[in-house]
Formats: sequence, C-alpha cells, structure tokens
Amino acid sequence: MTQQLVLYPLLLQLFLSIILMFSWKRISWQRVISILGGILNLGVSIWLFAYIWENGTQTVQAGNWEAPFGITFVADTLAVTLVLLTSISGVAVSAFSASSIIPARLKFGYFPIFHFLLLGLIGAFLTGDIFNLYVWFEIIIISSFVLITLGGEKAQLEGAVKYFTLNILASMIFLTAIAVLYGLTGSLNMADLSIKVAAIENRGLVEITAILFLVAFGIKAAVFPLYFWLPASYHTPPSAVSAIFGGLLTKVGVYALIRVFTLIFVGDVFMQDTILVMAILTLISGGLGALIQTNLRKVFSYLIICHIGYMIIGLGMYTEVAIAGTIFYLIHDIVVKTNLFMVGGLIYRIKGTNNIKSLGGLYAEYPRLSLLFAIPLFSLVGIPPLSGFWPKLSLLTAGFNDQSWWAIGAILFASLITLVIIAKVWSNVVWKDKVELPKRLNFRYFENLNKTRKIQLVAPIVFLSIISLYIGFGAEHVQQLSTRVAGELMDNQQYIDAVFKTGQNLKP
Amino acid sequence: MEIVLAIMIGILYAAGIYMILRRSLVKLILGIIILGNGANLLIFLLGRITKGSPPIIPGDLKIFEAAYADPIPQALILTAIVISFGLQSFAIILIKRAYKVVKTDDLDEMNAIDQDS
Repeated sequence: MTQQLVLYPLLLQLFLSIILMFSWKRISWQRVISILGGILNLGVSIWLFAYIWENGTQTVQAGNWEAPFGITFVADTLAVTLVLLTSISGVAVSAFSASSIIPARLKFGYFPIFHFLLLGLIGAFLTGDIFNLYVWFEIIIISSFVLITLGGEKAQLEGAVKYFTLNILASMIFLTAIAVLYGLTGSLNMADLSIKVAAIENRGLVEITAILFLVAFGIKAAVFPLYFWLPASYHTPPSAVSAIFGGLLTKVGVYALIRVFTLIFVGDVFMQDTILVMAILTLISGGLGALIQTNLRKVFSYLIICHIGYMIIGLGMYTEVAIAGTIFYLIHDIVVKTNLFMVGGLIYRIKGTNNIKSLGGLYAEYPRLSLLFAIPLFSLVGIPPLSGFWPKLSLLTAGFNDQSWWAIGAILFASLITLVIIAKVWSNVVWKDKVELPKRLNFRYFENLNKTRKIQLVAPIVFLSIISLYIGFGAEHVQQLSTRVAGELMDNQQYIDAVFKTGQNLKP
Repeated sequence: MEIVLAIMIGILYAAGIYMILRRSLVKLILGIIILGNGANLLIFLLGRITKGSPPIIPGDLKIFEAAYADPIPQALILTAIVISFGLQSFAIILIKRAYKVVKTDDLDEMNAIDQDS
C-alpha cells in the first residue's frame, strides 16, 4: 500500500483530469469534482508528507527497472513539501475558479487542463530523472498555454505569443543542455549524474552545460535578464489562472535550479557568483519595476520577479543557513503569491477595474474583506511576525556569515521597496476615498452574486491566509522543516543512497 | 560524418535563433521548428554515432561483445519530436488567432498589453 505512495498524488491528478474530460459540458459537475478532488489530493499529499517526514526519502522505480536504467521517482523532503504546497494552492484555486471563471471559459475544458497543469507540477517535483523532468515541464507549459489563451481576448493572445515564445525557447535550451550532459556522462538519472559529473575531468564543458541549465531554468523562474515575458503576460488571463501561474509556475523553475545546482553541479564558485549577481539584480530590477506600475496585477507580476531574487540569492550564497532561508521563502511565497492574485481578482470582481488610480474606498464598503486582504499583503512585506519576515532573517544571517554586503544590501532594499509598494497599494485601494466608476454592463459584480458564489470567492482567500498566518506564527515548525531540507540538499549523498539502495532491494 | 552533423547543427541553431529574432509571427514559428530540429540532431550526435550495429544481442549470447548503437538518444529524440509537434501545431493555431484578433503579424505592434488599462 505504501510502496507506491509516492505516485498517488500524480495518479490522482491524472485520474481527475480524465474524469473531468468525460463531463466536458457539465460545468456544475466539473466544479464539484474539481473541488472534491482537490480536497482528496490535499489529504493524499499530507499523508505522503507525513510518511516521508517519519521514514525519510522514498523512491519508486518505474517498471521496476533499477536505477540508473529506469525512470526514478524520488520523494525527498523538498519534493513532498512542494507537492503539499501545490495541493494547497491547487484546491484554493479550484474553489476560486469555480466562481470567478465565466461559464463560457469553463465549457472549453478549463478544469481538465487545470488538473493537467497540477499533474505536471507534481510530476516535476517528484521525478528523479532529468529527461523526465523535461517531459513534465512540457506538460506544464502546454497546459499553461491553453489556460493563458482560453477565452481568446486580444490582450490574452498578445501576452500568450510572448509567453509561448520565451517558454518554448527555454525548453529548447533545456533540451540542448540535456543533450550535452548525456553526451558527457551517458546517463539521465539525477543521482547517477551527480556521481558522474563530479568525475568529469573537462571542467570547462561541465561549466558550459551548467550555464545552459541556468539560462533554461532562469527563463522559467524569471530571474534578472530573462524575465521580460512575465510582466507582459501574467496580467492577461483571468485572475484564477494568474494565481496558479504566479504561485507555482515560476517556483517550478526555482525548484529545478535548486535541484540541479545542489545535486549535479556542486561546488562551482563561478556559477555561485553568477547566481548571486543575478539574484541581486533580480531583487533590485523587479522592485523598481513594480514601483511605477498602476495596474494592480502588473504590480503583483513585478513583485513575483522581485521575490524570486530572495530564493535565488540563498542558492548563490550556498551555505546551509542560506539554503534553509531559500526553502522557507519558497514555502511562504507559493502561498502568498497565489493568495495575492486571488485578492487582485476579488478586488476586480468588486470594482470592475484593476487600475490603482480608479480603485478606492474598499475599507468603507467591505471592512472585513479589507482586513482579510491585509494578511497576504503584509505577509508579503514580512512585517514580523508575519510569514515573510523569518526567511529574510535566515538569508540576512547567511549574508553576514559570508560577509556578502551586496547581498545584504539587495535584500534590505527589496524589502523596503516592497513595503513602499504595498503601502501605496493599501492606501490607494483600501483607504483612499471612493472613486465613482461607471457601471459596466454585462459585468458580474461581487455584490450581485449569490451567496454560494461569494463564499467560493472568499473561502480560498481565508484558507490561504490562515496558512500564511500559520507559517508566520508557527515559524518554528517551518524553520525546522527548511533546515531539514537544507541539510538533505547540502549532503546529496543521502539522495544518491536513497535512489540506489532501493534499486538493490527490488532485485529479484 | 560527425563533423558534417556538427556544422549542420550549428547552422540550424543559428538559423532558428535568427528567425526567432525576426518581427514576423510566421518566421517566429519557423524559427522554433528549426531550432527544435537542431536540438534533436544534437541529441543524436552526442549519443555517439555507431554505424551498422543495432542494440540487439544475438540469441546465443548473454551480453554485447562489440560496441553497439545506444538506443536511448533515439528514444529521447522520438519523445522530443512528439512533444515539439504538439507544441508547433498549438503555435500555428495561436498565431492564426492572434493574426485574426490583433490584425497584424508584426510583433512590434503587439503592444496593447504594455499600455495602462
């Protein structure tokens, strides 16, 4: 029963998408199946997480082909943590989409594709094979292409062309990198690669391969010189889609960077310095970009870029404390960014616009909702004791230990800029006097929705806010988790042993 | 043989990137297709080319005796071709829709999303 446990979240998502495809035209069924399936998936992910927490890294060899010959699925603590977060965000966005996505879009297979996207994400986190990772990435991007274009509005299509081109270019670079790596080592299993890459004498070629991986995942994760597709596309689809994109799609790039640069290309000082510089520039340029935007969702898009810097900077410093900070930030950021875009969507549903200048008076109309919005917004800034504060503490400690003053400066600067932006958003949207807006025809305003729909819009935000609060107030537990993940990542012998030992046990 | 392939892959990559940098949408798609073919050939080349020895063990032996062609790169290429075929067909439909809605195939004029809304 537990032997194949690693695969259950994957299989469940696949099963859900197939069921949803069979009820293609029955939207009300799809809503129910998607939400219930999401809750079930959350349960399975918690089970998997608890099992890994107790028993350590587990592996499954597809078709019982022992490593390194078959495709391995590895559930270490990092992977299951991310699977759990995917399930949390997934169920929240399912519920939010059920009410916020218009039926015309739902009729064209929104929910099946959404679950294919989650399938791809979970697969990417669990796989232990570099080519299999490529395949999961392709599943993710093709689902995201459909989600971003679904509806076919002008802005969506324009955004989609840019999103499509850069993502497919990233995939090609990733494929090139895999080709070169296979030519160098003759292996695709990540644990096996870790051993074989360390033994290669031609370090120049290894470094070039590492740079190819850095560029490919850098485009996906939207780091400094490679992020321009993100602000051009993330604000175009419906906000439920932006929520899952903002919460998870860039993070899968960050995950891939963390995995590749802690397992395969280890201890390369030049690469670490490059990552550090990229991270510092990401923090600064993302923050400055967000400062001048007036579209609420574009502000959030630039904040995604800015905060990717926090995750990459820990990877650049490459000490256990720094990696722990990175992991903590990743956990915090997935929850908060998903929530932030849903908040943006709800504000749009209330007011009918995204422009900060025409928004206002939210506190006077919806005081309780405004207080709810305060949780994700101020968690994002990291006002203690909310969740954004603790990972920055770890990162700053790591910076002081390393004496990398530029990194410390960038972290503090980006924090300050985020504070300024959130203060600006808060005072404009919530506190400013109400701006009279012309009523839009054929627009479903929040106040006109029935009670179930309202609950479906607000409940996911409440759910994710509670999780954010838990990450903030229960920081001790999350810190314990992050430190454990960092320990596993720094000592990659554990990962390698887990992959190969299971291989021996399964021998007939 | 290897050197010819290497030069050809270089040309494909260069042509692909050049086409992607053009402003026309159709050339963009062509560039992506060419780049994809270049990447597939690169996997083929880096998997080492072994002529005339398929990876089949003769019936009376247990293991390979001589060098044999590695089947994995071909499996990888097959997967990559299928995936890129799907993506390309999506891309063609996407640019057709984009052309109909935006009424231009010039990427420089697709800038409505950069304006304030």
